[in-house]
This record gives sequence, structure tokens and C-alpha cells, in this order.
Amino acid sequence: MQASRLLDNHCSVETPEGIDFTQAMAGPVVRILAFLIDMVWRGLVYALIGILSGFLGGFGMGLYLIIGFLLEWFYPVFFEVFRQGQTPGKKAMGLRVVNEDFTPVGWGASVIRNLLRAADFFPLMYVSGLLSMVLSRRFQRLGDLAAGTLVVHVDRQSAPQLDVSIKPRMPQQALTRAERQGIISLTVRSRTISEPRQQELAELLAPVTGVTGEAGLERLKGMGAWLLGRK
Amino acid sequence: MKETEFEQRYSPLWLLLEALLEAGRGDDKVPDEHFPEQYRQVCGHLSMARQRDYSDALVSRLNRLVMLGHHRLYQRDSRATLQRLGAALATFLIALRQQRRYVLCSALLFILPALVMGVGAYLSESFTYSMLSPDQAAELEAMYDPGNARLGAERDSETDLFMFGYYISHNIGIAFKAFAGGIFLGLGTVAVVLFNGLYLGAVTGYLTRVGLGVTFYPFVIGHGAFELTAIVICGAAGLMIGHALIHPGRWGRLDALRQAASEAVKLMYGGVFMLFVAAFLEAFWSSSSQLPVAVKLSVGALFWLSVLWFCFFSSLGTRREPR
Repeated sequence: MQASRLLDNHCSVETPEGIDFTQAMAGPVVRILAFLIDMVWRGLVYALIGILSGFLGGFGMGLYLIIGFLLEWFYPVFFEVFRQGQTPGKKAMGLRVVNEDFTPVGWGASVIRNLLRAADFFPLMYVSGLLSMVLSRRFQRLGDLAAGTLVVHVDRQSAPQLDVSIKPRMPQQALTRAERQGIISLTVRSRTISEPRQQELAELLAPVTGVTGEAGLERLKGMGAWLLGRK
Repeated sequence: MKETEFEQRYSPLWLLLEALLEAGRGDDKVPDEHFPEQYRQVCGHLSMARQRDYSDALVSRLNRLVMLGHHRLYQRDSRATLQRLGAALATFLIALRQQRRYVLCSALLFILPALVMGVGAYLSESFTYSMLSPDQAAELEAMYDPGNARLGAERDSETDLFMFGYYISHNIGIAFKAFAGGIFLGLGTVAVVLFNGLYLGAVTGYLTRVGLGVTFYPFVIGHGAFELTAIVICGAAGLMIGHALIHPGRWGRLDALRQAASEAVKLMYGGVFMLFVAAFLEAFWSSSSQLPVAVKLSVGALFWLSVLWFCFFSSLGTRREPR
């Protein structure tokens, strides 16, 4: 229990509607990947401006420095405020910056978290930010801590359709809540788990079904379909 | 109610909302007046689905729908309009007056080392070299040679716009670091502000000693009004963060940090604006050697007076209620 709580990256917030809704926090690895993607994009813009400014002499160099400055400090702010908390890199990795109450970030929070990048970078290569991310409960770097923001995974739409070939059958005995949940999730996920693994899992519930092997699995899925309300 | 029945009964609403929320992304399509009610219904469905142990797939579908709706319902007005810019300026002034103590500390942290270093460097050359390397000193002398066509950093083929870009990326970077350093218990801020004070003192003292004050003072006075004030203000913002961490008072350290940061960022709005003005002046006005020294000095003094008056004495900040 303790271990699973430490491993769990979900975090829930109570909304004004009185419900808890949960989001998965994004860990250091995906965030680093998102950062690298952003770096490539920025690098491309730098290169483009660099080539253009080459033709313009001192005027171009000035432009290059100004745009470089804006890219360095305000590129994330722009996307976080105007593009629902997603820089191109974060979008590619399915991440999003939100406030701690899961509302979209505004100007203030975004400016704080991006100005504090300088502190996260200290002394080099985002060492402070990485340490803070690993040590804090919700993977927050220093800028996130000060601004009260989180980086969350955006849920993707993925509803695995239930296999229609399963024939529902009524369970012959009373099931505990844990058993019901186990059976239902085995049934729902049966398309994404390999056949041998499914049978292995079904073996664990052999005392409930009373049958082992393929027939046991068949029976479990039938019970699952029945529990889901199929007739 | 069994899960399939539940899903059949409510999925028309979910599909409707999913279509609305996903299509409306990016453009400003405003959901109709039924949206809040529909969203709250889905919130109810989510908690029911959880409570009744419906399958993970259904719960996560509803959770996703709630997240989309939540973001839409509670989105902030993020448009950048002139009106907002004015409001930011007013909040900056109000915050500046409220946080006088930090501004004063930051100013002392900047001015005192600058004075000590300045007087020291003026009186003894070896004192200068504790701060500047002999190469740097020679470079400074070359920069402020009265014979130069343009003053400031070396300029051969570069234009004023190049220097504008340079000052922006360099000076504003320093101010941002002064702010960010606050999170290391304020130590980073103290280090940046103190170092810049010492550096300024050393340069001023040294140049006065070698008799280049004639070119140096008219050069710095104009943009200095904006730049030095802005560095002090950004330092004050950093000190606020550091102070909140050292002495959080009745709050938890993290909460204190968050509150201090949201106050401090208001100071940064004004600080950044002033630094842009300073970079502009430094590149296009201060560097000009055509203008007579008297004009530059008097305009510079005027800048100082108006900046200080605007920041601390104008009625602009006090008239409006803080938001």
C-alpha cells in the first residue's frame, strides 16, 4: 500500500462542483523530452533568423539578439498563455501546464514559472530543477513551486470496445467488491492483454469460477459482461 | 443501474459535450448558456461512476470530459490588450508602494557597496584591481575615450540596433537572474545585486580617477535612471521571495513562497518595462557624442526625477483600488 502510494503519480483536486477529479503528473523524463523538442524548434528559428540577419549586417545582428532574448525567456510564456498551457514540445508529448487547482494558467503564474527557469538552471543543465522535481511530491521544479503550477498528462480518448462475442452469464455466487472490479477490468481490457497472460490471471480466480484453463477464462469474461449490464 | 444502461442513457450528452469542447479548441467559439449546467451534470456522472465502481474506461472517459469542461469553464481572460497593459502598470505601482521595505533593502544593498567601491577605486588604483582585471580597465578607458564617435561598448561596424539587442539580452538577463536567485533563500539575489553594485562602483571610481568622467557621466546618467532603478526593483522582488522562505510567518513555507511570488511578479512587470526603456536609451541616446554634455546631463537629471517621482510619488498608483 505504502509503495503503491509512493509510485502513484495521480493527483486529485476537489472542484467547485464538489467532485474529485484526477490527473496524472508528468515526470522528469517526459518533461525533458518535451524540452528537447522545444529546443529543436527554437534552434530552427535561431538558425533561420541567423541566416537572414547575415544579410542585414549590424541591423540584423540586433534583431537576432532581440529575438533570441524573447525566445529564451518568453517562448514558453506565449504558448502557455495563448495555447492552453502547451508549448509545441509539450503538445507532442501530451503534456499541459495547469494551476494546482487544474485551471488553465494565466499571465502571472506563467511569467513566474518561466523567469524562475534561471534558478532551475543553476548551477548548470537544470540541476536544481531536476532535484526539485525528484524531491517534490508532484514533480514540480522550483518555478512550478513558486508559481503554484503543475505539468500534467493530457488524457487521450481511448475507450477499448468490449468484445461482442463474449456471452454474458450470471455469477453463481456472491462476489466481493474487489472480485467484481477485478473481473470487470479483466473483461474490459481483454483486447489489450495477451491470451496466455489472461489465462494466468484467470487462474488466480479459479476458486471463484471453479474451473481452470480456457473454460475458466471464458466464464470470467462472461461474468464480467453480465456485471457490466450486458444481457 | 448497470454500466451499459448508464452509458446508453447519458452518452448523447457526453458526445455532445465532447464534440463541443474538442472542436472549440483554438478558436474563440463560446459554448452556449446550457454549457455550465451540462458540465455539472457530467461532474455528477463522474462521481456516480466512481462510486458505483464502473469500469476504468468509462471513468477515465468522464474524467477527461470533466477536465476539458473544467478548462473551458474556468479559463482566464488571457488577451493582451492595451487596457491590460495599463492595469499591469497600475498594479506595479501599487505593489511598489506596498513593498517599500524590500525596495529600500535592495537599494541599500546596491548603493552602499557601490559607494564603498567607488570611493575606494577613486582613491587607490590597486583597490580597482580587486574588482576589475587590468585588461577590463584598459578596455573601459578605450570605451570612454572622448575622441570616440560613439560611446559605450566598442563599435566598429555595429549599429545602434545591434547595441539595443545586446543591452536587452544582457541587462534584462541580469535582472531576471536577480529575481530568480531569490528562491535560494535570497542568496542569489543578494549576490547579483551586490556584485552589480560593486562593479558599477569600481567602474565609476576608476574612470573618475583617470579623468574620463567627462564622457562617462553624461553617458550613464540618461539610461541609468531606468536601468539602476529597475535592477533595484527586480532585486526587491527577489528579496521578497527569499524573505518568504526564510520567515514564512503563519504560513507553510510553500504557501508563503507562492504568495510572495505572485506579489513579486507585479514588481517584475514594471522592472522589465523600465529595462526595455533603458536599453533603448542606452543604444540610441546615451551613446551619441554629438549632443552637448550639458544637454545630456540635464535630460539625464530630468529622467531621474521623473522616474523617482513616477515610482514613489505620483498619484497614479494610489488612485485605483488594488485588485
